[in-house]
Amino acid sequence: MLSANLSAIFYLISGILFILALRGLSSPDTSRQGNYFGITGMVIAIIVTFLSVGNFSTSLIYVLIFLLIGGAIGAFIAFKIPMTAMPELVAGFHSLVGLAAVFVAISAFLSPEIFNLGVTGDIKLASLIEMSIGAAVGAITFSGSIIAFLKLRGIMSGAPITFFGQHYLNLLLGLGVFALIFYLCISQLGSIFWILIAISFLIGVLLIIPIGGADMPVVISMLNSYSGWAAAGIGFTLENSALIITGALVGSSGAILSYIMCKAMNRSFFSVILGGFGADSSKQKTEDKKEKPVKSGNAEDAAFLMKNASSVIIVPGYGMAVAQAQHALREMVDKLKKNEIKVSYAIHPVAGRMPGHMNVLLAEANVPYDEVFELEDINNDFANADVAFVIGANDVTNPVAKTDPQSPIFGMPVLDVEKCKSVLFVKRSLSPGYAGIDNELFYKENTLMLFADAKKMTEDIVKNLE
Amino acid sequence: MEIDPFIFRLSIFILSIFIGYYVVWSVTPSLHTPLMSVTNAISSVIIVGAIIAALAGKTEAIFNSSSIFGFLAIILAAVNIFGGFLVTQRMLQMYKKKKDKK
Repeated sequence: MLSANLSAIFYLISGILFILALRGLSSPDTSRQGNYFGITGMVIAIIVTFLSVGNFSTSLIYVLIFLLIGGAIGAFIAFKIPMTAMPELVAGFHSLVGLAAVFVAISAFLSPEIFNLGVTGDIKLASLIEMSIGAAVGAITFSGSIIAFLKLRGIMSGAPITFFGQHYLNLLLGLGVFALIFYLCISQLGSIFWILIAISFLIGVLLIIPIGGADMPVVISMLNSYSGWAAAGIGFTLENSALIITGALVGSSGAILSYIMCKAMNRSFFSVILGGFGADSSKQKTEDKKEKPVKSGNAEDAAFLMKNASSVIIVPGYGMAVAQAQHALREMVDKLKKNEIKVSYAIHPVAGRMPGHMNVLLAEANVPYDEVFELEDINNDFANADVAFVIGANDVTNPVAKTDPQSPIFGMPVLDVEKCKSVLFVKRSLSPGYAGIDNELFYKENTLMLFADAKKMTEDIVKNLE
Repeated sequence: MEIDPFIFRLSIFILSIFIGYYVVWSVTPSLHTPLMSVTNAISSVIIVGAIIAALAGKTEAIFNSSSIFGFLAIILAAVNIFGGFLVTQRMLQMYKKKKDKK
């Protein structure tokens, strides 16, 4: 049996290893080592917990069995999941952390004596508040992540669901949570605790349903943050520094990512949460856009243009992920490089459905990461490039964000694609993007639209480059 | 007057938020997806609480009303730990520089 002080020191060590795991991600070279630090930290935390509970009775076998069952499921998912499904995988995993936090809180509420929190009916006030917060945030994380998962997976429509009085209802429920925690502290009643959890589940659902598909990068980051705060809440209850440190790290990490995503869309965090963006897009579409001339071409034209270029910039977006076109794209780029053409990739921070989504897909297709650039690093290069190849991106290239103060995306940082000598735009139709606004780029003199599935078109271009 | 231990835990918590803030800002944007999956994996250290809940109860019955939630939480957290770290590893393996292409 490990003394409480000694195990506290080991928990501190695993907390530090988790910090190093995140630190490693500052560059791809150190990232793998960082991941091993994380794994080591986790192993230490688990072993120390076993030793400090010190109860090597038959129940230990059960713990190991359950650990292995969960582990086998997790490992199976990790190996099977396609890289394009990463956003929904992460959302799904967040829901598990949330639910685990709820379960631990319930367990602590049912038998507080095993956690040294007092006895049932007379739980220490501070502990009761901490476990209520942990349970509430955990429940919100769980149900919110489930909705995000369903939306990302396409089981539920990505369109925002809004109804009258939604925000007031959310506000009311939010206040209700505080009232319930307060009442729980006075009464110590089990029924209040269950109602608290039920209402928190409801809040999670209501919080995410009004948020539309392309705001998902913010939602996932936000839920990431919540899962951290839930863990920290439980950490306070259990007086465990590993959990407190980790919860704080994860919480701030998710918060920073949400901030970066909001900034990349020039929207306030609050307006994303209130949701409903792009809900009335169908009405705006009926304007006179059909009258404007559009040049469209085929794979042959595209191949010809790129063959005669000396530098090409590729702008991937969510459409590339949907069409699974990343491998075909890499093939195309290989052909171009053989012709001594300089190729680089430009990635907008909110391209795709989660932070860094495009980078992972390109990495999967064996694109070296030093050919992939972020918005601010490459935006000046568009003016000197011959061809911009836009594949599956739309709103992030729309010049109206710079020119039209009336536009809903005005002020959003965009890639200066229109400055290229010519633009190739792979798209299935002229339909507007997520923001529901027409892209001026379609009608520019130097734009050639390639109407086709992203993967099919890229493969055809590859053939024509032979 | 003695300081409540809660204040020490709060200090750890707040200092960790600051550490998290600076460490995460230094993460390169191209690794933001692995960042999310690894933070997800480490937040499953909540398994510590799950193990205590499952093991530390009265010994006569392995499964009682409170330990059963502990066992369930162990499964959930274990899915996350294995899934999270392995998928992160899988992603990080794919990030290659120009030079080491076969």
